[in-house]
Amino acid sequence: MSTVRVLVGTRKGAFVLTSDGKRERWDVCGPHFGGWEIYHLKGSPADPQRLYASQSTGWFGQLIQRSNDGGKTWEPVGNKFAYDGVPGTHQWYDGTPHPWEFKRVWHLEPSPTDPDTVYAGVEDAAIFRTTDAGETWQEFPGLRGHGSGPHWQPGGGGMCLHTIILDPADPQRVYIAISAAGAFRSDDAGRTWQPINRGLYSKSIPNPTAEVGHCVHHVAMHPARPHVLFMQKHWDVMRSDDAGDSWQKISGDLPVDFGFPIDVHAHEPDTIYVVPIKSDSEHYPPEGKLRVYRSRTGGNEWEALTQGLPQSNCYVNVLRDAMAVDSLDTCGVYFGTTGGQVYASPDAGDHWAPIVRDLPAVLSVEVQTLP
Amino acid sequence: MIRVVLPAHLRNLARAEGEVQLDVAGEVTQRAVLDALEARYPVLRGTIRDHDTLKRRPFVRFFACEEDLSHEPPDAPLPAAIASGAEPFLIIGAIAGGI
Repeated sequence: MSTVRVLVGTRKGAFVLTSDGKRERWDVCGPHFGGWEIYHLKGSPADPQRLYASQSTGWFGQLIQRSNDGGKTWEPVGNKFAYDGVPGTHQWYDGTPHPWEFKRVWHLEPSPTDPDTVYAGVEDAAIFRTTDAGETWQEFPGLRGHGSGPHWQPGGGGMCLHTIILDPADPQRVYIAISAAGAFRSDDAGRTWQPINRGLYSKSIPNPTAEVGHCVHHVAMHPARPHVLFMQKHWDVMRSDDAGDSWQKISGDLPVDFGFPIDVHAHEPDTIYVVPIKSDSEHYPPEGKLRVYRSRTGGNEWEALTQGLPQSNCYVNVLRDAMAVDSLDTCGVYFGTTGGQVYASPDAGDHWAPIVRDLPAVLSVEVQTLP
Repeated sequence: MIRVVLPAHLRNLARAEGEVQLDVAGEVTQRAVLDALEARYPVLRGTIRDHDTLKRRPFVRFFACEEDLSHEPPDAPLPAAIASGAEPFLIIGAIAGGI
């Protein structure tokens, strides 16, 4: 029977949750790297036993850990993320120029074909890659060097590159997203980049339709349909059917369209999930009810999924990288909260149950479906 | 023999138990001690001071002989009691910034 492995990054360590394909009984292993912030950990599609983790603290900076046995043991690898050339400046919160400074790795995206190749999205926003299993990291300077770089501003969580999507059909194509610059695409394997924000409308910035400056919270893609992208923006849920060249709003009948994560069903490319949050000044669910919303129509028409989720006095948040799906026949959906709960649904969102309730605040959730 | 006390997180990272003892050639300075420490435990590179500038990370402090030496120049000689091994060189995670 298949095994599901859920990789959870938290404010105080990493946890590995495993179950068989029924997804009813779970083994909880951790904390790994106790006391450290684990912004993200993810397994290699090419070798599921190979995992990478981003480990950091404000005191001692950034480390990258690598596991060759599915997270049982780990070894630290290279932690030097040096910007290519003179870093230059971006805009600070007050609009003044501020030097580009490396702070942490937000997201690790292993190559679909090579376990030694991993992309890293970092704060201050840049994309790096290793081709030697994490020993050394090199920046793709064409992104930060895009002409708009000096105008990028940090979002509330810092100027982070938090989303990396590798097109499974075209190795030359990479999508990334930055808070609060927006989404970008490379069609030449990361050498050059173009902003893909046409159609986004952000009323809180001086030019609501600017080429850059949008606070994109997360982007998701179904691997069978790589030209279709779904985006949870600061406000607004958006969809692109042309690889990001243009975007349409699909918030539809959502009770509120602010939120952080967005993900796509493993087998139904038009089934998508979001977690509405009351507002950008109140990072908790509306009415104290934790509800995942599912659209089976690629957006606009949404249904609340509540079975097994707290429907009163719930004031947690779900962060942008804290939702994932498995690829079993009945797609499992998972998300973690800032209150330390990790919820699983073995039936595409119809019913939910907590795997664990009292972890540190969850920063990220990834899922591996193992044979 | 120079004695170095690491904070718990870095001791775990280096897989070191208790105090670290280092041989430091030449004058005993902050830089010489940290160079020797990072040579023994390469995993500590970047965790105490910046990879390139070698500046102390903001929330790391250096104490010795009941003094805060964090702001001393990295090439200034450390107290004789450190050089002789009578007192340890303490690397501290500052009591700040936690959540």
